[in-house]
Amino acid sequence: MNKPSQRTAADMAPEQKVKFYQKGTFTVGNRLVDADSRNVQSSMDRSNAITSGHRACQGCGEALGARYALDTAMRVTGGKMMAANATGCLEVFTTPYPETSWQMPWMHSLFGNAPAVASGMQAAMKAKGKTDTRIIAQGGDGGTVDIGFGCLSGMFERNDDVLYICYDNEAYMNTGVQRSGATPGGARTATTMPTDADHPGNVFGTGKNLPRIAMAHNIPYVATASVAYLQDLEAKVEKAMSFKGARYIHVYVPCPLGWGCASNATISLARLVVETGMFPLFEAEHGAVTSTRPIRQRVPIEQYLKPQRRFAHLFKSPQGQEAIEKLQAMCDRNIKDYDLLRETEETPA
Amino acid sequence: MLKQLEGSHAVAEAIALCRPEVICVYPISPQTHIVEHCGELVRKGEMGNCEYMNVESEFAALSACIGSSACGARTYTATASQGLLYMAEAVYNASGLGLPIVMTVANRAIGAPINIWNDHTDSMSMRDAGWIQLFAETNQEALDLHIQAFKIAERLSQPVMVCMDGFILTHAYERVDMPTQEQVDQFLPPFQAQQVLDPVNPYSIGAMVGPEAFTEVRYLAHEKQLQALDVIPEIASEFKEIFGRDSGGLIREYETEGADTIIVTLGSVAGTVKDTVDEMRAAGKKIGVVTVGSFRPFPSAQLREAVKNAKQVVVLEKSFALGFGGVVANNIMMSLQGTGIHVHTVVAGLGGRPITMPSLHKLFEKALADELEDMQFLDLQWDIVNAELARQRAQINSGPVAESILKNIQVDTAYGGAASHAAT
Amino acid sequence: MFQVRLHGRGGQGVVTAAEMLSIAGFNEGKHAQAFPSFGSERTGAPVVSFCRLDDREIRRREPILEPDCLIVQDPTLFHALDVFQGLKPGGYLLINSTKSWEELGIVDKVSHLPEGHVVGINASALAKQHVGRPVPNAALLGGFAAITGEIHLESVEKAISTKFGGKIAAGNIAAARAAHAAAFGEELEDA
Repeated sequence: MNKPSQRTAADMAPEQKVKFYQKGTFTVGNRLVDADSRNVQSSMDRSNAITSGHRACQGCGEALGARYALDTAMRVTGGKMMAANATGCLEVFTTPYPETSWQMPWMHSLFGNAPAVASGMQAAMKAKGKTDTRIIAQGGDGGTVDIGFGCLSGMFERNDDVLYICYDNEAYMNTGVQRSGATPGGARTATTMPTDADHPGNVFGTGKNLPRIAMAHNIPYVATASVAYLQDLEAKVEKAMSFKGARYIHVYVPCPLGWGCASNATISLARLVVETGMFPLFEAEHGAVTSTRPIRQRVPIEQYLKPQRRFAHLFKSPQGQEAIEKLQAMCDRNIKDYDLLRETEETPA
Repeated sequence: MLKQLEGSHAVAEAIALCRPEVICVYPISPQTHIVEHCGELVRKGEMGNCEYMNVESEFAALSACIGSSACGARTYTATASQGLLYMAEAVYNASGLGLPIVMTVANRAIGAPINIWNDHTDSMSMRDAGWIQLFAETNQEALDLHIQAFKIAERLSQPVMVCMDGFILTHAYERVDMPTQEQVDQFLPPFQAQQVLDPVNPYSIGAMVGPEAFTEVRYLAHEKQLQALDVIPEIASEFKEIFGRDSGGLIREYETEGADTIIVTLGSVAGTVKDTVDEMRAAGKKIGVVTVGSFRPFPSAQLREAVKNAKQVVVLEKSFALGFGGVVANNIMMSLQGTGIHVHTVVAGLGGRPITMPSLHKLFEKALADELEDMQFLDLQWDIVNAELARQRAQINSGPVAESILKNIQVDTAYGGAASHAAT
Repeated sequence: MFQVRLHGRGGQGVVTAAEMLSIAGFNEGKHAQAFPSFGSERTGAPVVSFCRLDDREIRRREPILEPDCLIVQDPTLFHALDVFQGLKPGGYLLINSTKSWEELGIVDKVSHLPEGHVVGINASALAKQHVGRPVPNAALLGGFAAITGEIHLESVEKAISTKFGGKIAAGNIAAARAAHAAAFGEELEDA
């Protein structure tokens, strides 16, 4: 087996044949496909749970992810759905008082308590005999892997009937791009500034793999998704809503402002993070992985890092190079652990 | 129906009569017996569809209450001490969102040094959080106040904290008159919220409000507290009509007629104070008591009226603001501004130190003789304090105070537990 | 007002004893207030509980400084702390032991008390016999009814049934009856 370091970028990114009939990853709302295969956003009667006019930045991955996820859940539940939201960008940009973008019952309480608020909401629905009204909780990576972690774990452990969606953009963006427990090693944030060659951005900790932590609670359903694969995200939300109990979806959402990338790079970065192996897409039920999405076109980590200014310093020093190698090693490990380069007969949807 | 019950169980039974729909539970002494008994009642099917949620922290407990109350469910929780501080952010949030949650605070000191015994530091730390804060004098009143609390909360759309002294009330067995379900149903109509989270009529709750409206929202929250000054006595009299007893209200007067010296206090110590005052009245001393039933809103006008003929007021409180003085006394001084009535602060009962009648006798006699300092600590052991102060003057090493006392001063630790009650 | 202070060790049901005594008082239409020494004592540690009985509302909430009666569930406590602290001159002392005052080392402390006010009962043995476990609390309440006359044995029995159910209640009631008789120097025929 070839060692990754011996490969060149060209080896890993063979040219793709042009497909004249695209669906899935490269298209959003293709109305040429069968009605059954169309996604939720292609439908004129989508719920627009987050309607237009919100204040998200150009190219915001979180706004995109939330819109797809919630509209899908709204369709699945026939509109009988309510959401609890952690403090963060999603909360701030959707509810500039006295306006709101939410065309569904929605509540924001605090930064660290969205899972508990959602638990309380589902308890109220149970007490009132309205268990057909489903509850979603959502937050960014800071609200999920850091400050809301205790409440999230409690909600999982009790198996409360809540779908929690984490929109992960790998730092505290709402407060001005500070490091979170989900920030990758080497990344520049306002609190991990690469001041000199000896300090190449964020330290490499042990990581905090929340999907895995969620799985350790043996909850009915866990999935990872990326906004580059929107039909996949929709399918996972739909699948999640078919379960009762605690469910978790971790959505990868690039942040042009915080990452220092072009606002039109959101989708390509969301794809590259998957194609490098850095962010494996998988589903798990009751603690066991049930499906993974194979990498179609493996790319080296540099290709993902280069368009982002938060990693620019890594390319300027030997210490940075080491960091890049560590990141590549993480990709390699994921590829091995999830068998992401396996031969598949069909192109994944 | 008369029953001999532990205070915690009496409160739990009262809660059950109020037909709550969601109870969020996290253990902390001395509150725990209340929620334990609630759980028992739920499992026995005595609380209908009530959802009883064991959560992972006090922060989660009140947060879940917030979610449930926002859905229009009658919601209850209980906490104390460190737990109240741990949920502090949610305490402000619940009142800011105008959610009529009822929460028992079984009053307990706050560490360090860690201390499980009673004082009022916990509730007082949340005095500006926008909750209505009612203090119970007896277990009868504690259970009555909980029934009134739901009605007050739901009428004003504000959360209510019922404060009862930890251990002293929660763990005391005494006689209570437990109302019937019919009585409570007659008094307390089902919860009808102004707006709830409901897919049929979707609302966004909890938006970010900027400088253009924040002051108005805050002012209206203050206005709610002012309205509570009318609503609390109103509901207390509605309560009396149905249950036939005086319970609740803003303040309570005892032997204030013709009193030159009035003791103002709150919570369960009022009983010990009243017994002391009875003995002094019998000896011809002109002394009376005012008990503060509602600390938030603070009944300034009612207090001013109650003490207007007194020469001095002695505030006996189980809390104080370090570096300043009494918390309750501070509120009373504000209320009595311009009246010329002298206000003394006596800090007592911190961390469970018993407030005894002999000590109160001495204190009140001193007050009647016009010899009371403006601020003093009841039964403070000056020998220990002075020795530690002397050490600190000699060395400037920093370190935790309790441990410093132990390291440098021989403390008689022969008496543990209740024996030390008698020693003080 | 009649004030009782109960001394024992964690695990001997000292707090439950005060609670049952208050229920017994309540059963007779009295006002009664029982409370523990509010600690976090574990099994084996000295524990104190209190009970007040009165015909009018009991308002004071200080610990009982001057008891009318002491119930000592564990005589080893005489060596551990001054259990006699504040005992009224005409007060009662009920000890879970049939040892002599000399053996217990309390002669100086009790000789001034009125005759018949210091009574020892082997409540642990009675409990062992009737309940199967040497938990002396309920039995001593039978003794308390006998020596002070503040409450009737029937009220104690009813209080025991309020706190316990089935066999445990029956056993404790039998132990309380036996202790009640023992306090008068009698011995009950085996029930």
